[in-house]
Amino acid sequence: MNKDTPVISCRNVWKLFGANPKQYLASMPAGHSFEKIHADGYIAGVKDVSVDVARGEMLVIMGLSGSGKSTLVRCFSRLHEITGGTIEVEGQDVMALAEKDLIELRRSKMGMVFQSFGLLPHRTVLDNVAFPLEMRGQNRHDRRERALEVIKLVGLEGREEYFPRELSGGQQQRVGIARSLAIEPDIWFLDEPFSALDPLIRREMQDEFLRLQEMLGKTIVFITHDFDEALRLADRIAIMRNGAIEQCDTPDQIVLNPKTPYVRKFTEEIEKSRVVHASVLARPLNGTAVEGDPVIGDHTIHQLARQLVSDTRDNLPVAGKDGALIGVLNRQAALDVLLGDD
Amino acid sequence: MADIATPTPQKQPSVSYDPVFTALLGLALLFCLAKPILPEFLIRIPEAWVPPLASWLDRFFEVIKGDLETGRPGLIHLTRWFAEGPLDFMLGFTANLLEGKHRWPYFEPLPWSAVAAVAAGIGFYLGGWRLALLGGGTFVWTALVGQWKIAMQTLSVLAVAVPLAFLAGIILGIAAWKWGWFERVIKPVLAILQTIPFFTYLLPAVIFFKVGPTAGAIATTIYAIPPMVLMTTLGLKKVSHEVVEAGKMSGCTRMQMLFRVYIPSARTEILVGVNQVIMLCLAMVVLTAFIGMPGLGGKLLAMMNSFKLGRSFEIGVTIVLVAVMLDRMSKAWVVKLPVHHERGTPWYVRHKYLLITLSAFALFLVLGQFVDILDKVGRRQSLSMGREIDKVIKGFLAIDAVQAVTETLRYVLNVWVLIPFRNFLLWIPTSSFILMVVAFSWIVGGRRPAIYAAIFFSVVAFSGWWDRSVITLYSVISAVILSMMIGIPLGIMASRSKRLAERILLFCDTAQTFPSFIYLLPAIMLFGVSDVTVVLSIVIFTTVPLTRYTIEGLRNVPPEMTEAADMSGATKRQKLMSVQLPLALPTMAVGFNQAIMFAFFMVIIAAFIGTQDLGQELQRTLAGTDLGKNFVLGMNVALMALTFDLTIMSWSAKRTKMLGLSR
Repeated sequence: MNKDTPVISCRNVWKLFGANPKQYLASMPAGHSFEKIHADGYIAGVKDVSVDVARGEMLVIMGLSGSGKSTLVRCFSRLHEITGGTIEVEGQDVMALAEKDLIELRRSKMGMVFQSFGLLPHRTVLDNVAFPLEMRGQNRHDRRERALEVIKLVGLEGREEYFPRELSGGQQQRVGIARSLAIEPDIWFLDEPFSALDPLIRREMQDEFLRLQEMLGKTIVFITHDFDEALRLADRIAIMRNGAIEQCDTPDQIVLNPKTPYVRKFTEEIEKSRVVHASVLARPLNGTAVEGDPVIGDHTIHQLARQLVSDTRDNLPVAGKDGALIGVLNRQAALDVLLGDD
Repeated sequence: MADIATPTPQKQPSVSYDPVFTALLGLALLFCLAKPILPEFLIRIPEAWVPPLASWLDRFFEVIKGDLETGRPGLIHLTRWFAEGPLDFMLGFTANLLEGKHRWPYFEPLPWSAVAAVAAGIGFYLGGWRLALLGGGTFVWTALVGQWKIAMQTLSVLAVAVPLAFLAGIILGIAAWKWGWFERVIKPVLAILQTIPFFTYLLPAVIFFKVGPTAGAIATTIYAIPPMVLMTTLGLKKVSHEVVEAGKMSGCTRMQMLFRVYIPSARTEILVGVNQVIMLCLAMVVLTAFIGMPGLGGKLLAMMNSFKLGRSFEIGVTIVLVAVMLDRMSKAWVVKLPVHHERGTPWYVRHKYLLITLSAFALFLVLGQFVDILDKVGRRQSLSMGREIDKVIKGFLAIDAVQAVTETLRYVLNVWVLIPFRNFLLWIPTSSFILMVVAFSWIVGGRRPAIYAAIFFSVVAFSGWWDRSVITLYSVISAVILSMMIGIPLGIMASRSKRLAERILLFCDTAQTFPSFIYLLPAIMLFGVSDVTVVLSIVIFTTVPLTRYTIEGLRNVPPEMTEAADMSGATKRQKLMSVQLPLALPTMAVGFNQAIMFAFFMVIIAAFIGTQDLGQELQRTLAGTDLGKNFVLGMNVALMALTFDLTIMSWSAKRTKMLGLSR
């Protein structure tokens, strides 16, 4: 297994809820719609989904409630058994694992954070965080050391002996995050981790989360119903509706080229210039003569707004991280993004 | 007539004309009117038609029982082994510690002061000074009035029965939660177990588990299992799915899931179950007096039989104190949440309650060796005022005015109400009676309860105990109607003021923890030994749930609805009649149902005062080995009680759904 193999790879995954889903799926004509399946007495939680998650990538799954995003993530870790298709985690077919191996996989590779925290009410912060370590039989001293380390990491020092009910929502979620990190997982699932928090705390926790991710560089599957949150955090966004993925792409591309009317509805309200980066808008040089100082490709159009308005050049050179030119930015096109193209 | 047999609050205002109901009731009335020309079998099932159910059951029990003397294999080998081995050992162990019975580990009995100190310590840990006072005070009282030994006899059985019932209940509860089919099987079984009279548990317990404490402990244990099963299943089902998923993602094995995630998360419900187990065990262990178990119940029964009211009263107080103490402490345990200590707190601060309790225990243990009065309170030394209280009570009852009142009440109730009503019920032809009950179940509960009513009452008719069943039913119905006349107005009045409502609710909650046996006391004191006493003891017992649920029902009417009534310009009366009562009815029906269940329970116990109903026959069987008869009698009581239960609960559920209320 090399570095480029996707960490999670799923092909044509189906999850149907109903009386006899396996049999139904086998006899179902291809291309049956969500509504038709529903009329037959089944709910398509996940409908023919194929998606890969690359190493170190943060994939955000975005959708409204009931769109199947939580179901899909629970299929990755086999909290749900899928009805059809295959899911491979680090090259292993998850559905083929014996119970023992599945438990081993979760104990060593996976961490998960839940919307309403899922903390054990009878355990202190320390014991909650140490819980996964305890499950895999680590000795008392080691797990205590490790738990204290992650508690410090999420900024809850001094609260080790508190019980969950004595903490605020934000603090409880920090415990949830610490618990999911205790085993040093490779894959990190976060199921709407900040949805239950009020907006100010949510923002703070997002920053905190980005800080952690900067440090740890995990492979992440993050669920949210909040499009802004998705744009803010994601490397790639998968937008789900009725169990199926409508579009899976980078935030820039989703905002610039929404594939379906449903996705377009989300993007309409968004200020595109805050999402789209210069590097994405840049066209290849192809011998175009450019002059003057380049703009930085990692900046959003919004960050470049002042310069775009005052600059007189038609085409601006764009530089990559290393300072080399990567393309040319048409000022008019950039201004269209900034001001809206109509 | 139908009005008497079908107490009115169940009538739905929306019901206008129901052909099935009319037909059933019409036929029933026709049978009544045509009684002189009715064929014999419609009036009473002829003796010849009654299947010998009792002897069939006898034979069945004989087969599964096996025989100890001939060595024929059967259940009794197992049960007797359990009774004489582990169970006897456990009972001996607790009896040695608490009352000094000559059994392993052959200690001297614990000094009463040491036990009281431990109770106070536990009370302090669970609920501060008030519970400490209640815990310590209960035992100080018990010792000082000279009831230490009998109280310890009762508690030593309790100390075995409660853990056994808890264990059995939690295991069955987990099984029911794990396997749907098992839950479907066990639910109706539990429902039946809870309606079978306690006396029906006693005889098989005696036969299978030997006369004495073992039988008492087993009957008590089995009776207390159902609520534990139900609460365990409920608690496990309620564990949030995210907590479960968090457990799975932490890589829990199945065992780890159960013991470290599910059970700790269901703590509240499981502890509520423990509270119920304790209270039921106490109520039942007192009743084991009827198979000759010594203890508080046995003494109370003996004192009541010899009409020693003063001593009965004192024992009654002890039982009530023990009940309230156990209830309050176990409830405090339910709400007790772990408190964290700052890091670096020394161990003796972390465990200060345990240390204080242990040292108090040790202190009194030592003191008891030197100061006799702290060890045992002798008969002479006790502060029992039995004789004096007896004189006071009897003196009070002998006052002309009091006597006039009780006598008149007894006369009026007996001659004008109870006896005519009883004779009337007995006069009704069996067929007509069954039709009326079915009609009632139909109009109130609907089709399913009506079918059950028809089956259940037909079985009762064919059991050969019809007249006694009707007399049992007569006591239940008249008592419940009387207590409705007291409880419902009381509840309505109380719910007008928030403070009064809270006080009465507190009183009702406390009164509901008293073992049922206690309720016989005031009735016997006031009315001596007569038919009226039986009915009145049931009335006292059943007024409590009726009042309680009336208040609860009225209090839980959504405030926006009463506000809407106020803004529509309703008078208090209009508001009560057209808004509050209709919305409170489903809850009140639950209280009504509980009242009927309680009445069926009480009527059987009260039988020792002297009735001619099923209870009396049941108590007679306790002296013999008539397992079959014992079961048939118990089954009759259970079937009648279940008919009401199914009917009323089905009405309440339908009504709650219709009104869009949630309970």
